[in-house]
Amino acid sequence: MLDLEILLQVLVLGLTNGALLALVALGYTLVYGIIELINFAHGDVYMIGTFTALTVVLGAGLSRSSPPLTLAAFLLLALALAMLVCAALNAVIERVAYRPLRHAPRLAPLITAIGVSFILMNVGLYWYGASQVRFPDILPNIDLLQALGLSTVVRFSTKDLFVLVVTVPLLLLLNLFIYRTRLGKAMRATAEDRDAAALVGIDINRTIALAFIIGGALAGAAGFLSGLYNNTAWFQQGFRAGLMAFTSAVLGGIGNPTGAVLGGLVIGVVAAITDFYLDPRWTQAVVFGILIVLLVFRPSGLLGEQVPEKV
Amino acid sequence: MQLVRSQPIVLLASAALWLSACAAPAQQPANKPAASAPTGAPASGSSAAATSAPTGAGAAGSTIKLFSSFPMTGSALGQTQTMVNSIRMAIDEHGGRVGNFAIAYEALDDATPAKGNWDEGKEAENANRAVNDPDVMVYIGTYNSGAAKISIPITNRAYLFQISPANTSPGLTKPGKGEPGEPEIYYPTGVRNYARVVPADDIQGAVAARFAKEQLTVQRAYVLDDAEAYGRPLATVFYNEARRRGIQVSPANGPESIDRQATDYRSLALRIRQTNPDLVYFGGVTQNNAGKLWQDLRATLGPNVKLMGPDGIFEQAFLDAAGEAAIGTYVTFGGVPVSRYTGKAAEWLQRYRQRFNSEPEAYAIYAYEAANVALDAIQRAGRKERNAIREAGMNTKDYDGVLGRWSFDQNGDTTLTTMSVSQFKGPRMDQTEFIIQLSAE
Repeated sequence: MLDLEILLQVLVLGLTNGALLALVALGYTLVYGIIELINFAHGDVYMIGTFTALTVVLGAGLSRSSPPLTLAAFLLLALALAMLVCAALNAVIERVAYRPLRHAPRLAPLITAIGVSFILMNVGLYWYGASQVRFPDILPNIDLLQALGLSTVVRFSTKDLFVLVVTVPLLLLLNLFIYRTRLGKAMRATAEDRDAAALVGIDINRTIALAFIIGGALAGAAGFLSGLYNNTAWFQQGFRAGLMAFTSAVLGGIGNPTGAVLGGLVIGVVAAITDFYLDPRWTQAVVFGILIVLLVFRPSGLLGEQVPEKV
Repeated sequence: MQLVRSQPIVLLASAALWLSACAAPAQQPANKPAASAPTGAPASGSSAAATSAPTGAGAAGSTIKLFSSFPMTGSALGQTQTMVNSIRMAIDEHGGRVGNFAIAYEALDDATPAKGNWDEGKEAENANRAVNDPDVMVYIGTYNSGAAKISIPITNRAYLFQISPANTSPGLTKPGKGEPGEPEIYYPTGVRNYARVVPADDIQGAVAARFAKEQLTVQRAYVLDDAEAYGRPLATVFYNEARRRGIQVSPANGPESIDRQATDYRSLALRIRQTNPDLVYFGGVTQNNAGKLWQDLRATLGPNVKLMGPDGIFEQAFLDAAGEAAIGTYVTFGGVPVSRYTGKAAEWLQRYRQRFNSEPEAYAIYAYEAANVALDAIQRAGRKERNAIREAGMNTKDYDGVLGRWSFDQNGDTTLTTMSVSQFKGPRMDQTEFIIQLSAE
């Protein structure tokens, strides 16, 4: 067994987990970029995404032996519902918990964010109970490298591929949206200077709500993927995932979407490497250690914020 | 900016602690079935409903109360509900009376909805409630060994007889088998008040190691635990015994504790695969994410590596949590599994099925035995006085119960030492296959 192959395997693990983190991190960064608010309920929105998908999967009674077309149809439904529910949820959270406090002292929306986080956690607790719940393993799990005739211990299965197949197009679409559409332009304008954007006729409230909706939809997709990939759902999963994703966003330069994706992948890989070569108990320490060092020497993150006057 | 960024983390963390400390009563309705069985006694009366007979009065017609304390919220409920059923059954079979005393029973919950698992605060609260209620003469519990470490010192100061149907951590009773200072630190009065009807883990771990070596011919084993008062010492016993028997054990410096909150154990499984083991042993309970651990171990290690666990995963909740990955797993357990009951145990099983129209889980019969021992102690003491009942209970000798004929030794441990090994064969507990009965040698 070559050590290089093990390293490759660890990288595959890290990149898949990192892709999920990136989706969640984007939600933090989009919102922060526009209204400089850290939406601490975001991790729990992601949890609700997993729970929504789980409800669909259990409700439809899917298993690996379901007919492929039924499986695909219901998976699509689960993805769509998870994204929809989370987008709507995030929009409601913005409307109820953040918008009334937009001009309040900064601590106020922070407290409501934590409050919303608890409300969602308790919804999750009521929904599926306190223990980790098994998410049925319904994706075909075929080792692609072996299918290609490669003789290696590295496994890259259809499950890993599935995560990338859903994540990458979402990231590309988001990029297109931000940089190639009128609404995206409005978002960037609002991020740069809210008052000036309002002066040129941009509907600020709608633009901010849009950032929450997009962030929520991405969190929903991440929740859906996490359930299918990790085969577990837990009402507290959003707490840790949220912390890691938030760290990714800061690492990449909060407010910068490309940075959030990069940060997610870096943290995913670093976590996998520490898990494997050091000890899982050190993983969080290493991740936050890197964050601290980075912030000391490069306070604006890896890529920095794209709007210079915010820093 | 830095300040604003770092504050929320601290806030959120402390708020999370607060959440786990005082959880929302979201799952309360799940407890209700506990009160469904008829007992002829208040099922969940508060201490306000207690008759106020002074301790030691022994007046005719007064009431003696038994409390039990198990986790009745979360996935352990499947197991503990059948234990509570069994206790009610034992009391009802005595006609709800012992001598002149009416027996009342209350099933307390030591779990919180947010943890879905036992909780230090709740267990301390339960033990204090028992101690402060002058009618409570026996405390049946706990389910988790960690919880027993909290309640024994409390019941000990009141000379209240505590009997556990499920605690297996050796350090609770046996000198030299646990941490330094155990078990004396649990008995501040110096008098023993705690006994258990189930064999302890110095036996369970040793039997598991013997089975691994002799029956499975394991060469290399990897040992994991859940870092709790039950799982960690058990895994340590297995680790040491396996090494003594010539099995090459990893990791080099003792069992590795898993992170029970992790979303996946793929990296861990990969690291385990690097040591090329024939067997992975996990000392721990279902509620500490054993299901997910099993899924990732099975997926990474392939079908040929054997997985083994203790009685803490010998329940339907584990099969639900692990899914297909559970199939083929070897499990050790005190006594024999339900499907192998003979003699008095088989008769008890018949009565249980008839009354509750369901299958008991593995610990139900121990709860039944514990309740009967408690009632027997009250009978022999003949008085409503804690210390007398404690003394009678601790001196239970040649007891002829559903588990066989046994005694408590001077530590309060059962003289029964037989364990069995079973293998999960399907997604339901009744598809479990009994393999062998073994002693620790």
